[in-house]
Amino acid sequence: MNNFFSHTFFGLIFLIFQGLFLNNVNLFEWLNPFLYIYFIVYYPLKNNRIIFILISFLYGLIQDFFSDTHAIHSAACLIIAYFRPVFLKLYFGMAYEHQVVKFNSVELNQNIFYLFTLTFVHHLIIFCLEVFDFGKILLILKNTFFNSLFTFFIVYIFYEFLINKNKFS
Amino acid sequence: MQKIIYFLIRNKNFILFLALLTVSLAVNFNFNEYNRSKIMNSSNFIISSLYEVKFSVTKYLNLEYQNKLLIDENLKLKEIIYNSKNPIEISKKIEEMDFDFIASSVIKNSYTKTKNYITIDKGLIDNITIDNGVISSNGVVGIIDKSTSNYSRVISILNENFMLNAKLKNSNSFGVLSWNGRNINKVQLKDLPKQVDIKIGDTIVTGGNSFIFPKDILIGYVDSYKLDNSENYLEVEIILSTDMTNIENLYIIRNNNIFELNSLDE
Repeated sequence: MNNFFSHTFFGLIFLIFQGLFLNNVNLFEWLNPFLYIYFIVYYPLKNNRIIFILISFLYGLIQDFFSDTHAIHSAACLIIAYFRPVFLKLYFGMAYEHQVVKFNSVELNQNIFYLFTLTFVHHLIIFCLEVFDFGKILLILKNTFFNSLFTFFIVYIFYEFLINKNKFS
Repeated sequence: MQKIIYFLIRNKNFILFLALLTVSLAVNFNFNEYNRSKIMNSSNFIISSLYEVKFSVTKYLNLEYQNKLLIDENLKLKEIIYNSKNPIEISKKIEEMDFDFIASSVIKNSYTKTKNYITIDKGLIDNITIDNGVISSNGVVGIIDKSTSNYSRVISILNENFMLNAKLKNSNSFGVLSWNGRNINKVQLKDLPKQVDIKIGDTIVTGGNSFIFPKDILIGYVDSYKLDNSENYLEVEIILSTDMTNIENLYIIRNNNIFELNSLDE
């Protein structure tokens, strides 16, 4: 339970931090990391599914209010929240099905694949909905790929510090 | 009946997922068009207050550059006033002027998306309404899209839904200005008649055919031009005169005769 509260706390901090600062990073004038998806990607594994889906939707909705996008973030958050078990099963396999996976003890390469896939899917949905023009498919792919990389690194750094901290102690 | 209820309970996650997805996509598709995005935006009270708190701290970081912009503008205005042969007559009283100007500050700006919006710290209380024009000291920035009592949202010139009539300075050929979403320094002017005498570096200004902007406000300079697909009109690339990545002090233009002018259209 303690784990759950600290996760929610960091989730809210990231949400506001994202809205106020990270949306204005504008590296090279077009790169912005979406750190806030940390909350959904590393949401505790033992959860009530229906509440998790609802929370993810609301979480994305607040982000929409911050960035003047029309339900783009909520759609993307909702989709990765709903399909998260699929990717968990894909990358953690039997360990996930027997419910012995914990995010602070997963293997490095599995974790990297898991994080990058979710990030990529999230960004792909965001940019498809935002640009919404099939003629600009190259723009969408370019934005998706490089923004995913950027987000991936930032989220991974926070993962190392917040979840995987037993490594340092 | 019982089977239906069991089915619903068993698939409640999927049903919730579908329902929420439908809601978000419906909102997205419905409000993608210009001037329909009224529900979700950052000019509501809570989000704007957060942005304002942040702005009250970060504005000090940018003071030097913004001061320079304002001084440059003052210099230009003074040069015009003191060098003109026939001094500008201030014949009209302030109440009788066609356009009012209101100063405001940007509390949120974005330019990395294809539909960018700016939030400013003036709203209905300051007599700002929808379709007021917004300019910076260097040129056109956008049009007010929505106002709450203390804040307003501006549809930026860097928004695919933005449209404005524009013309070459010292000519009367009009075109439609819009943005293709690719380069944040360049906008496109379409449907300009090909007979017009155009050179690279020419100045593009607002046309004055709409009631939003007065005539002859600077937009940018011609970068390149070519015939469009129909070969009857020119397509012009324009370099914006305003640096959209660094705007802070904006002026809002209010047309005092707007009700009278609009009543003619009805």
